Formats: sequence, structure tokens, C-alpha cells
Amino acid sequence: MKQNNISERLVNGLLKENPTFVLMLGMCPTLAVTTSAVNGLGMGLTTMVVLALSNMFISLLRKVIPDKVRIPAFIVIIASFVTVVELLLKAFIPFLYDALGLYIPLIVVNCIILGRAEAYASKNGVVASLFDGIGMGLGFTCALTIIGAIRELIGAGEVFGFALMPESYVPCSIFVLAPGAFFVLAVLTAIQNKVKIAGEKKGRDMSKIQSGCNSDCMNCGESGCSRRFFDESAKEKEEDLEIIEITEENDFPDAEDTAEKEEKAEVEEAAERKEEEIND
Amino acid sequence: MSDLMKVSSNPHIRSKVTTGNIMLAVVIALLPAAGFGIYNFGLDALILILITVATTVLTEFLYEKAMHKKVTIGDYSAVVTGLLLALNLPSSAPWWIGVIGGVFAILVVKMLFGGLGQNFMNPALGARCFLLISYTSIMCNFECDAYSGATPLASLKAGESVNILDMVVGRTSGTIGETSMIAIVIGACFLLLLGVIDLKIPGSYIISFVIFVILFGGHGFDPAYIAAHLSGGGLMLGAFFMATDYVTRPVTKKGQYLYGIILGLLTGIFRIFGPSAEGVSYAIILGNLLVPLIEKITMPRAFGKGGERA
Repeated sequence: MKQNNISERLVNGLLKENPTFVLMLGMCPTLAVTTSAVNGLGMGLTTMVVLALSNMFISLLRKVIPDKVRIPAFIVIIASFVTVVELLLKAFIPFLYDALGLYIPLIVVNCIILGRAEAYASKNGVVASLFDGIGMGLGFTCALTIIGAIRELIGAGEVFGFALMPESYVPCSIFVLAPGAFFVLAVLTAIQNKVKIAGEKKGRDMSKIQSGCNSDCMNCGESGCSRRFFDESAKEKEEDLEIIEITEENDFPDAEDTAEKEEKAEVEEAAERKEEEIND
Repeated sequence: MSDLMKVSSNPHIRSKVTTGNIMLAVVIALLPAAGFGIYNFGLDALILILITVATTVLTEFLYEKAMHKKVTIGDYSAVVTGLLLALNLPSSAPWWIGVIGGVFAILVVKMLFGGLGQNFMNPALGARCFLLISYTSIMCNFECDAYSGATPLASLKAGESVNILDMVVGRTSGTIGETSMIAIVIGACFLLLLGVIDLKIPGSYIISFVIFVILFGGHGFDPAYIAAHLSGGGLMLGAFFMATDYVTRPVTKKGQYLYGIILGLLTGIFRIFGPSAEGVSYAIILGNLLVPLIEKITMPRAFGKGGERA
């Protein structure tokens, strides 16, 4: 599948780089609000709207925003959209607003959104960024809904408020409390990895991450995925080793393609300088 | 591991102590408490104990078969876990409580962290706390044919008088294995004589708890009140059988004293200032989590390192 086209971005967000089960980002809402399937779905959709819109706007403004102040600029854009969504929820879906509570304003600091802005939207075209946001948002929504549904089923015997368990079932209430979120998340991540390993054995490349990381998540020696978003050295290493050629092409025709490339080079230089500073 | 042991140079002293021997000793030491529980609470208790032990052993066996690992049910550690868990359940609990608790203890707390020796938390206590949070009403229902009403500790917390003699002998309501102080102490003496456990942890645990009760219990030095606190609830079972668990206690000598003192303070805080009457299991679990830190600060200095401070 070609990189950066619409369907690839959607599949990437849903499966390959699922923000919850693969990237392990945005754990705070994942663990805190998934007490029921409805809450998980609501949180996921809210985040998806913010993610898609902020990705699109950051991509639009990517040549305007100076590199040094990009993070504050991203946060201002994200916070604006979060405020819009918060007010809309308060006006039209008050029950969801009450259920999610504090976690709606906290979307501003959700690392999926900032991570995608930094890793993708600030370097890619508008349409691709929009669909990257939608794909990531869908992946997040699916993950949260599944976690919420399982927790609700075991912890309360219901899914979306419908009783599924027989009446003699005694709910295991730890699953709607915080520890249950960890249990369910851990088991689902394990299943996801198991499926991935099985797929790899059949010769499919399931784990290649495109955002600049050279290794797969399962055998990741780095501490978490922080490196991928703030460090371009993985990409350089990849180029040096010539393991896989990175396609610089963008499927969406962009008039200022060369300017973009120059910008990329600048970004890489900046990253190198930063790294040197750190090493010093 | 045995290959590694053969590397060292001779002479060797061979000991007959194995994991299996130690665990078997613990099982035997728990039998008086279990026996008294069955005598006290009737057939329900026996069935629950058997189901829980069978579940833990079977879970360990099936997991190791499924994961193509060496089957280690022969070392009796799963039996100890099952027995301890069952002794921590009320006799009125339905059979599936024992099954869920047994599976959770072995699968989640023990096996997923790497099996015996790798678990950071006592499996039986982890499962008990899991059940306590999940099925609070079932786990706190101490009504049975023989007794009804609150446990002695709950009465004590409510300010009612309790019969100390009944509590020491064990003729009270409570979980299956915790009621009889005498039966537990008999088992503990057996382990102490065999040298399986020593008094470092139980001693510092109980003494620091008593001091805490004297200072903050609101009764001053009242022997009856202290005796009720000592013989009630799971303190004795916890101090002698669960805090001394080889895997989840500190290995350093100083660390063991410190661990016991922390457990005593936590138990005192939970019992006297907490909303519920009992707090031994949460205290020991919290203590388990602190063990790596305790070991870090109490690691003895290697010979020749450091030197005198001028």
C-alpha cells in the first residue's frame, strides 16, 4: 500500500499504529473514562473531531509556524478546538458532558493529538493530515469503545446499557474501577501483539512503523515511543543503513514540494543540533 | 538454575532443603488453622478449601502446559497459595469465589510475572484484595449456621465489648482460617522450630502494631483491648504466614525488621483510622510493593568497601 494516501492513513490509524494498543498514547483518558461503552465511544469521537481538525489546521499553517515555537502554537490551535467541542457538548449532549467531566478540557494535553501534530501534520499535506487525524481518531474510538464495552460487561453485566448477562450473574465491580482498566488494556494489547506475531510468521510485515522509527514496537529497546516523535535520528539511521528507502513522495500534489523538502532538511538539522546539545 | 550452581568451586555443603520441602512444611503448619475452620464453620468451609486449592493447582498446571513450560505443581507452592486464599475467604462464599480467586492468584499475580520467585505480591493476598474490591458484599458476609453478626473486630470498632477467650480459641465469626489464634500459633511454632520462618518479621510486625494501638487506639495501655486487636482479624495469620512469604519479603536482615515495622504501622492506621475494621491484607500488599525500596536502602555494605568516616 502506498504511503500517505487516504485509505492507507485510515488503516494505519486503526490497525498498524493504533494509538492505544500500539503507540500506547493517551493512556489517561483510556484508563479513566472507559467505565462504560458509551463513555468510551463519546470520548473517542470527541478526541477524533479535535484530532482531525487540529491536524488539518496545523498542516495548513505548517509553513507559517516558526520551528522554535511550534509546540506552543500547536497547543493554542488544539486548545481552541477543544473549547469549541466542549461548548458544543455542553449545549447538545449534556449527559456525555457530565460523564466525561474534566477529561474534555484535558484533551488539550492528550499526547495523541500533540504527537500527530508533531510527527505527521507539521510535515505533510493538508488532506493527508486530515485523514491521518480521522484514522488515528477512529483507532482511538474503537479501542476506547472495546475497552469500555468489556469493562461494562464484566463490571456491570451490560453493554451500552443493555443487560447481556443472565440475571444470576454477579458483577465483578473491580472492572469498572481503575484496576479493571489496566487489566483489560493489558489483555487486549497482548492479544493484539499475538495477532501481529502470527501475521509476521506468515511473512507479512505487520509492525513496520512509518513515522521515522526503524524498529518494530514489540522489540523496541527505546523507552517508549518518545524518540519517534521528537528525534529524527531514527530516520537518518534508516537512510544510512539503506534498509528501506523512505518515500519522500507525497501522493497529494503540492506546489511547494521542493520548499517542503528544504524545510524537512532544516528540521532534521535542527534535530541534529539538539541532539548534539543533549550529548554535550 | 541447577547448572549454574554447579559452577562454583568445591567444597560444597549439600542441604536437603528444597522449595517443595519448605512449601510442604507451610501446608502442614496451616492444617491446624484449616482444621479448626472446618470444625468451626462446617462442611461449607471444607468444600471451599478443596475447590480453591484444586483451582490454584489446576491453573498452574494448565498455564504451564499451554505455555510449554516446566510444570512446577510438584513444589506445593500452588497448594500453599490456594490454602492461604481459602483461609482468607468467609465460609458463606459461593464456590465460584474460590475459583475466580484461585485463577486470579495464580494466573495474574504469579504466572504472568514469571512464576514462583518472580511475583512482586503475595498471590493469595492479591487475589483476596481483588475479591474484596469486586465482591464486597459476598466477602464481608460472615453469616453462617454457627455464627451471625459482625466479626469481633467490627464490634470492637463499634465500641462494643468482645469475649477475648472466644477470640483466642476461635469461636467467633470471620474468615475460615483467621478466627483461631491458638491454631495459627501452633502452626507458626511448627514452622519456627523447623527454621522455615524466624521471628524477625512477625515479631517486629506485632510489636510495632501493639505500640501503635497503645499510642493511638484511644484506650491507652488496656490489656483487654490490645489482646482483642491481636487475636481478632487476620493479624496472626498475616504476620506468621503471609508477611513471611519468601518471595515477597525483603532479603536483608535490617530490611526485614523495617518491613515488619511498616506492616505494623500500616495495619494500625487501617484498623484505627480507616473506615473498615480490618486492614491486614492491604497492609501486607502495600508492604510487598515497598520491598524493592526497602532492600535498596538496607543493602549491607560489601566487605572492604567504603571505609571509616573521618
